[in-house]
Amino acid sequence: MAKVNIKIEGHPYQVEEGLTILEAARECGYEIPTLCSFNHGECSLASCRVCLVEATGARGLVASCVYPVNEGMEITISSPKAVNARRASVELLLSNHSMNCQQCDKNGHCELLYVAQITGAREGKYLGSKTPTTVDELSPSIVRDTSKCILCGRCVARCVAAHGIGILGFEKRGFNTIVAPAANRSFAESPCLQCGQCVNVCPTGALMEKSEINLVDKAKMEGKFVVVQTAPAVRATLGEEFGMPIGTPVTGKMVAALKRLGFDRVYDTNFGADLTIMEEATELLNRVKNGGVLPMITSCSPGWINYAEYYYGDQLDHLSSCKSPHQMQGAIIKSYFAEKNGLDPKDIFVVSIMPCTAKKFEKSRDQFKHDGITDVDAVLTTRELAKLIKRSGINFTKLPDEEFDQDIMGEYSGAGVIFGATGGVMEAALRTAYFVLEGKEHEAIKFEQVRGMKGLKEASFKLGGIDIKVAVASGMRNAKVLLDQIREGKSPYTFIEIMCCPGGCINGGGQPYVKPQFLPNEDLNILDTYREKRANALYSEDERLTLRQSHNNSQIKDLYAKFLGEPNSEKAHHLLHTTYNKTRVRFPEK
Amino acid sequence: MAHLSASAVKQITEIVKRYENERTPLMMILSAIQSEYGYIPLDVQELVSDLTGIPVAEIYGVVTFYSFFSLNPKGKYVVGVCLGTACYVKGGQSIIDKFSELLGVKPGETTPDGLFTLSALRCIGACSIAPAVSINGKVYPKMTVGKVQEVIDEYRKLGGAN
Repeated sequence: MAKVNIKIEGHPYQVEEGLTILEAARECGYEIPTLCSFNHGECSLASCRVCLVEATGARGLVASCVYPVNEGMEITISSPKAVNARRASVELLLSNHSMNCQQCDKNGHCELLYVAQITGAREGKYLGSKTPTTVDELSPSIVRDTSKCILCGRCVARCVAAHGIGILGFEKRGFNTIVAPAANRSFAESPCLQCGQCVNVCPTGALMEKSEINLVDKAKMEGKFVVVQTAPAVRATLGEEFGMPIGTPVTGKMVAALKRLGFDRVYDTNFGADLTIMEEATELLNRVKNGGVLPMITSCSPGWINYAEYYYGDQLDHLSSCKSPHQMQGAIIKSYFAEKNGLDPKDIFVVSIMPCTAKKFEKSRDQFKHDGITDVDAVLTTRELAKLIKRSGINFTKLPDEEFDQDIMGEYSGAGVIFGATGGVMEAALRTAYFVLEGKEHEAIKFEQVRGMKGLKEASFKLGGIDIKVAVASGMRNAKVLLDQIREGKSPYTFIEIMCCPGGCINGGGQPYVKPQFLPNEDLNILDTYREKRANALYSEDERLTLRQSHNNSQIKDLYAKFLGEPNSEKAHHLLHTTYNKTRVRFPEK
Repeated sequence: MAHLSASAVKQITEIVKRYENERTPLMMILSAIQSEYGYIPLDVQELVSDLTGIPVAEIYGVVTFYSFFSLNPKGKYVVGVCLGTACYVKGGQSIIDKFSELLGVKPGETTPDGLFTLSALRCIGACSIAPAVSINGKVYPKMTVGKVQEVIDEYRKLGGAN
């Protein structure tokens, strides 16, 4: 790559040709304040005007996020002209902002507040009318408040980049412009996956998860028996909320914190994951044996289920009928666990700590309510759990490591742990399928072919004389490739794992925000590497465990022996399996 | 898309097909649909999205950005009152106010009988005959408040007949 010579603040540097001023400056150790710009151009391109600098050869100030460097360019960030212009840009944005920072859930992670502080923007500098506001709280997963939107376009770009569906767009024009689903509808009345990828990139509080902390408080006040379960991907990221490096596994501290928060039982959804594998692997082998619909596709990810129902309603027979792990575990808590402990299921309140906003929607699906009892009563994201911990005065980083409650559903395997990364469910299923078909354990345990952060992976195995070709996709843009093959009758696969969020649950819409300006100790390219780091935290926990296959979980064996009978039994079907909506309307009549 | 008739689906599919080799076909498709039907409701946008792969939100954005496109059916007669600088100076605002009063609708709205849509225009290039009113392409020069009732009556007489 050709190099060009530039000067920043009078100092000479050599940088790659083709970089923008913002990127070049970053490599030379300067952080130009910016707001709309995000990783690899995921934004509306230069709309916020916060990154203005002086550059020779340009007329006036230039937006450094889009202006390329060229030979001999001299860049000035610190001149009064540039400093004042950047401050004015932020003040203009603030003039159309709702400014209720104290009540805003994004406070502490707000990029607008951050640039306001570092540019010295003054409140109330430009007064006038404000754009009419929409607050959409209809969706159980995501709240949209246009009074906090700065029209940066990151959410618009992320939805297209991850899923290719583009739920959000710019509407109307001029002062009335808003970012919204078509016709300014609610997320609940649009074919939105509720995945929360847009929430993760939103620089302000315009897009947020819908908090359910109040539901948990209420249940405790009412004296309910409150059981909490944590998804595999939460332990890989929760530490980030407390300043720990990305990729630090914090299983023990997380459990210790939950025990101090007054939950009556603290369980790992990995038990549910192991149960899922038993059910799903059995379903798959039955389909293979009995000429059932193939390829079979995993059904753990509620964002993916939404996508399938909205866009591939004609292919739903390919979905496994298994509920997702936390729904399975919720159903077992309210049946087997209730029975064992002499509790009325109505008095039990199940809280799931999830990396996901779509799980909030999932738990309220009609399919998961039986006789007025829901499998799961509240879903908190990783971020909400961090808030709960901070609110309760718990010093997270100083906590000792503690163990999940061990009665009935305390045991879990490494196969369950890796569910949190793309390819993990596939690998967990392969470990068990290998055992069933070969009659012995897979010696290497690992199935490296399905690991890694690639959006689309495939592999083939010969198990018990059967050729099995599998594929793994994350991000609906990648899933679409596999689904179109199926629709055309050309799919060569037996089993497919699909996760909604790119990289899987470790990158879920409820995970801690990865905003480089708030992570001064992480690498410059952290936006490109954080998924892998988080996934490695899960794979390292798997390595440390002695129990690494779902079928060897002794409490799972117990559950089948004492309660469910065998995998896919009638009772298992009643409690652990579900159905899908073939006629879900994308834009329902209002 | 529950409300689209089979013939509408066929016609819109043909329109989209007409522009399939264009690099950026959306404006052309929407213009053709607007001309054909007089408006582009959400279910039509959904169909265009399915046929082109362009997100509905993006299509909706284009439809609401350009005032040429309309989300709602327009009346048989679109009364365009110019409020460009010259027409405004010559009293365009009082002309549109009078239309609004006599038709009982605000600018941008359509009368309940579907006969008239009142629309505010920005300079139609007829400054020498300001203030100007344009109804379905026919221009009324040097309009006065006094003539508004007469013009409305002229179209009322034509009524819904083609």
